[in-house]
Amino acid sequence: MDETDRSILELLVENARITDTDMATMLGIPEGEIRSRIDRLQKEKVIRKFTAVVDWERVGDGGVSAIIDLKVAPERDFGYDRVAERISRFRQVKSLRLVSGVYDLQLHVTGKTMKEVARFVAEQIAPIQNIRETATHIIMKTYKENGIPFHEREMAERLPITM
Amino acid sequence: MRGFISERAQRIPPSGIRKFFDLLLTMEEVISLGVGEPDFSTPWGVSEAGIYAIEQGHTSYTSNKGLLTLRELVSRNLKRRYKLQYDPHEEIIITSGVSEAVDIALRAVVDPMDEVLVAEPSYVAYSPCVTLAGGVPVPVRCMQADGFRLKADMLMEQITPRTKALMINFPNNPSGAVMRRQDLKEIADVIIDHDLLVISDEVYSELNYSGDHTSIASLDGMKERTITLNGFSKAYSMTGWRVGYLCAPAEICGAALKIHQYVMLCAPIMGQIAAIEALKNGEEDKNRMVREYRMRRNLFIAGLNRIGLSCHMPEGAFYAFPSVESTGLDDVLFAERLLAEKHVAVVPGSVFGEAGRDHIRCAYAVSREDLKEALERMEAFISA
Ligand SMILES: Cc1ncc(COP(=O)(O)O)c(C=O)c1O
Repeated sequence: MDETDRSILELLVENARITDTDMATMLGIPEGEIRSRIDRLQKEKVIRKFTAVVDWERVGDGGVSAIIDLKVAPERDFGYDRVAERISRFRQVKSLRLVSGVYDLQLHVTGKTMKEVARFVAEQIAPIQNIRETATHIIMKTYKENGIPFHEREMAERLPITM
Repeated sequence: MRGFISERAQRIPPSGIRKFFDLLLTMEEVISLGVGEPDFSTPWGVSEAGIYAIEQGHTSYTSNKGLLTLRELVSRNLKRRYKLQYDPHEEIIITSGVSEAVDIALRAVVDPMDEVLVAEPSYVAYSPCVTLAGGVPVPVRCMQADGFRLKADMLMEQITPRTKALMINFPNNPSGAVMRRQDLKEIADVIIDHDLLVISDEVYSELNYSGDHTSIASLDGMKERTITLNGFSKAYSMTGWRVGYLCAPAEICGAALKIHQYVMLCAPIMGQIAAIEALKNGEEDKNRMVREYRMRRNLFIAGLNRIGLSCHMPEGAFYAFPSVESTGLDDVLFAERLLAEKHVAVVPGSVFGEAGRDHIRCAYAVSREDLKEALERMEAFISA
């Protein structure tokens, strides 16, 4: 992992559809090298996937997202890993993290309706052994996702010509 | 009624591109490569510091020299980045941008009819400021063949017994040229030999893509004959905050301070407080912007050369300065027609002095998408 790898990653995070040609020109290296570096980064699982950042509110199908906090009793020898592994298998769970603080695991869950999400938590997650407590936070509005602000900002006008 | 306008003011030529500018304002879908300022907004932490300053009621004057904390940070930063030693108490004045610093520096040292050499192509303010200070601006050409660097022989040709100072700006607006240590040494030798002063506008010092910036004042024997100007506008995307600084040996600084105190009083306090935040915590934001400019530069210069506008690789600032000679058009006509026909605005090089003739200045401080679109339009224009 060198400076060039890092630059490639930053460019891809900003726009996964950027062309290899542009990246090569911008970074001043041959196009073939861009391809081989990206291949390697994928093999090493540094790059997990190329995907899109979607503003689902604009899709307007009424889908619901929630952040779920879980308090979990860690298991001898396994800590949180086994519980986390079980939870991560649910299709509804989009992300799952171990965090510091009052709660231990934090999930991002999506569903079609509020009810569906609530039932998923109550019926599938809460009963899992070692889970002590849950707290569900329905997402009301997304202001920023993956570094991208979702609300329109007025662009500050620059003078068209300044010396 | 008699004419009230002073001879001095009359001697300043009107802006050469007024007409051009008016045309531009009437047009739609213009991509402007004519903007000499960053397209990033100020890093938010820096803006927050300014907002908080206002909320806390910091809306007063500061000392004439500027907030001591800011002067101390500037001093430390100059030492760390460019090996410059300036005492924050006696040798630094915080100004309302480098613009003011240029003016007070010239007025502090120029006597009537003193000649001030201006390395051209150059930022448009220098010559008028020399005139306003009562001096006579004398252009020194930087040649395309030298990558628009200033050469000692070109400099020597223009020195007369009336010459007092040399005004330089590297990384350069409009050419993007950078002077390496060795280039500066050759200039410094001439300056010392002829007992001249240098006024060095280093406002683009952080936008250097080929290595570390060298300040001419850091060379042996040069600090005592240099006025170093720098500021926050370009490095931290802070053009609207109006903060810059002038650094010079105490005697010169004292003279500049007298002028500053009567014409400006002080730089805006919110800007000064924001600048403190920029120096304390803005490094990462600055580095990000510099990386982005470098990538845009590579993209744009490759594009220019591909479409047949030959362009040396600019090593600093955010300007490309290609030649338009191959098109058979002069720079003014090229710019006018490119705007009229393809709605791309660039600045004719002759605006920056004779040395810029047959070139155009394209600021690449615009998004990569706009750069690519501009290149496409320029290609269509050239091949038509
Ligand atoms: C070479 C040069 N000096 C000074 C300035 C003005 O800087 P400031 O905003 O600090 O007054 C500019 C702005 O374009 C510039 O290009």
